[in-house]
Amino acid sequence: MVSKRPKADVVVVGLGWSGSLMAEELTRAGLNVVAIDRGPWIDTSTHTPPAVDPDELRWGQRKEFLSPPRDNTVTFRNHAGQTAAPLRDYGIFELGRGVGGAGFHWAGMAWRFSPWDFEVRSRTIERYGRRKAEDGEMQLQDWGVTYDTLEPFYDQWERIAGISGKAGNIKGQIQPGGNPFEGPRARDYPTPKLKTLRIMELFNKATTDMGLHPFTIPCANISEPYTNPLGVSMGACTYCGFCLAYGCGNFSKSSPQACIFPVLVRRPNFKVITRSCVTKVNKSSDGKTVTGVTFIDENGHEWEQPADIVCLTAFQVDNVRILLNSGVGKTYDPKSGEGTIGRNFSFQTVSGTDMWFEDEHINPFIGTGGLGSQIDDYNGDNFDHSKLDFIGGAGILTLARDGAPIAKAAALPEGSPRWGSGFKKAYAKYYRNYGTIFNQGCSMPTRSATLDLDPTYRDKFGVPLLRLTYDYAQSDRNMAKFTMDRAVEIARAMGAAHVTGFNFADKAFSTAVIASDHVIGGAVMGDDPATSAVNPWLQSWDAHNLFVVGASAFPNNAGYNPTGTVGALAIRTAQAIHQTYVRNPARLA
Amino acid sequence: MRRREILSLGVAVGAVPAARLLAAEMDAFPHDMALDPAFVPKPAPGGAPQVLTRDIDRRTITAVFDRFIPGDELGPSASAAGCVEFLDAQLAGPFGQGATLYRAGPKAVGEDALMQKPQFIATPRERYETGLRALEAYARRTHQGSFADLKPEQQDAILTGMEKGEIELAPEVNTRAFFELMLANAREGYFADPLYGGNKDMAGWKMIGFPGARYDYRLYADRTGEDLGLEPVSLVPKA
Repeated sequence: MVSKRPKADVVVVGLGWSGSLMAEELTRAGLNVVAIDRGPWIDTSTHTPPAVDPDELRWGQRKEFLSPPRDNTVTFRNHAGQTAAPLRDYGIFELGRGVGGAGFHWAGMAWRFSPWDFEVRSRTIERYGRRKAEDGEMQLQDWGVTYDTLEPFYDQWERIAGISGKAGNIKGQIQPGGNPFEGPRARDYPTPKLKTLRIMELFNKATTDMGLHPFTIPCANISEPYTNPLGVSMGACTYCGFCLAYGCGNFSKSSPQACIFPVLVRRPNFKVITRSCVTKVNKSSDGKTVTGVTFIDENGHEWEQPADIVCLTAFQVDNVRILLNSGVGKTYDPKSGEGTIGRNFSFQTVSGTDMWFEDEHINPFIGTGGLGSQIDDYNGDNFDHSKLDFIGGAGILTLARDGAPIAKAAALPEGSPRWGSGFKKAYAKYYRNYGTIFNQGCSMPTRSATLDLDPTYRDKFGVPLLRLTYDYAQSDRNMAKFTMDRAVEIARAMGAAHVTGFNFADKAFSTAVIASDHVIGGAVMGDDPATSAVNPWLQSWDAHNLFVVGASAFPNNAGYNPTGTVGALAIRTAQAIHQTYVRNPARLA
Repeated sequence: MRRREILSLGVAVGAVPAARLLAAEMDAFPHDMALDPAFVPKPAPGGAPQVLTRDIDRRTITAVFDRFIPGDELGPSASAAGCVEFLDAQLAGPFGQGATLYRAGPKAVGEDALMQKPQFIATPRERYETGLRALEAYARRTHQGSFADLKPEQQDAILTGMEKGEIELAPEVNTRAFFELMLANAREGYFADPLYGGNKDMAGWKMIGFPGARYDYRLYADRTGEDLGLEPVSLVPKA
């Protein structure tokens, strides 16, 4: 028996960054919003005060803030000739366990994408010719929005989140100390950049001496007390080092809990249903609109939540899986190239180097999730690719993130014993002398990359798991090798005694090998319904009252973390809904 | 509706019979801001063994852990730091039960190679049970003695063989993966918060210079490149 709930103006599926930003905009505009989240209520004072948070075993190793694979995982294979296997343990999909989604346990790098990233296809053709963009493997397409269109929405998100940083380009004027390669911004970040820690000093000096342009990474780790435009106050970061996979007891890391919930949950026109999993979007009889969603509560009872507008704001893979299970839109077929749901999965192409110093005091235990120094000299299209066998690049960065002693026990110079007294000696010496350079590379989708439903494996509700078919594009592999070599040069210039480069893209991709956790695509945006699932307002081409919001909409991934772009797109979509769509419910033009 | 009610809905709330049929819905600000008891860290129970109840298994794992992290001038051995008690408590809890793992079958041929990582339908507890027995049987077969009674060089030779994949303990055991599981758990026991039964007196943290759960470094962050000489702090309240 399916029970039916009262109709809402809007149902929001997943209360992470996308869902909470949209719910805030839409309830402020007077709409009734019901949010449905798979997880329980989790908040700062009730769940992660400072007495609970700094616990590496529980949060860092056992990952108790992540949604467990038992409840929801994917199957994976490199190519269509293989049988996909389920990812049984935690891997690259770091879905949130409760409300706030991954926005509660993320580290906090708060980037904007570069102008190039939104127009990869047209700009590559323009600068290098068609052959560079159409290599027979990559499936490049523009987003249908430009950086300039998104700039005001990036700005709004940064204000809500309180992002710390130093602008590099305000209205076209290059600012000393910032990133000279960034797109023009209307104004500086709301809070100043964080402190420069030891590993950053070494990186900044070496890269400056090499003629490169280091700057402090913009962070959702707040550098000073701040009150955001919603009237919510945040505290200054204490550099405790427990961010990635942890909550934040200080209200210093921007999250839906810290930045939005305090006002959202007070609004009478907002409700949240927790511990309830949306399994599908319900289509109307004529198939042109949707009527709401179906969800299963924690007792296994099935419910219908009718709504005039449905916003899928779940994690990337969940958005795609719900669409596939609902039969909204046509599933992408890599053979014919037809269909759009499941098209253009991409990831992040990571390389870099580990480095160990003699007699330094890096003091790695002082740090913050997103804190580090970066150069963008080899990111995006900031350098000439005419003679290179790839497009795109990577943010090359060093992290002052954490000194997690369990995890770092695996980070010893090559040849060090992994156990025995020799291990103890090596770890006692190098724990405080270790650093890493991480190249967060762009990722281009390929024609053969696909997300569809697995024929064999199911979740606890009996719903088919999502099946990923993917391997790195050769262009990305070449990029990762090129940037790894740059990282090794920098590490040597920093004075590291032991330097060991790494390149995740020198072998096949696997969901179980955690190079990054930035999974992208599957319901991508664009201005052509033949190649995109949603239009530039993230409105479904197949049902005009359905919006699919999040990193599932990115047609390709940049050499940056995705959250800032997720936030900007969510705010833009929410504003389009309450300013335009509700007055004229039709395809937004 | 208050948060306490929200979180307990569906778990048979006698006072609100209708609640059974309602999804957990919140439509007001949660006034109760107290720490959720379920989120308070739970210390390892101590006392009698819960999973490693066979004396021979305890002797074997103690010997393995103490080859991984022997007692020396840098600090106590793994077992002296409580790592065996740590492991027992971990195996008795959600970790040992594989509570977060997707364990539905079938386990496909070639699954490990595709994932580039061994995957298991068995729980860590089951893997320890079969692995420790196979390790002991291997020692008896090849060295005519209990693993725990072999000379350190003999123990190291077996462990090195396991690590490199040069020996197979038993057909039902992924030997290399079992070695890695034991090594990972020994490190966890030595470097996790003492709350969990290992890292006694914060010996692991003192060894490497990790100051533990201090939570506020604003007074020190500007002193870059200095040996700050900070003593570690744990989540266990001082008596």
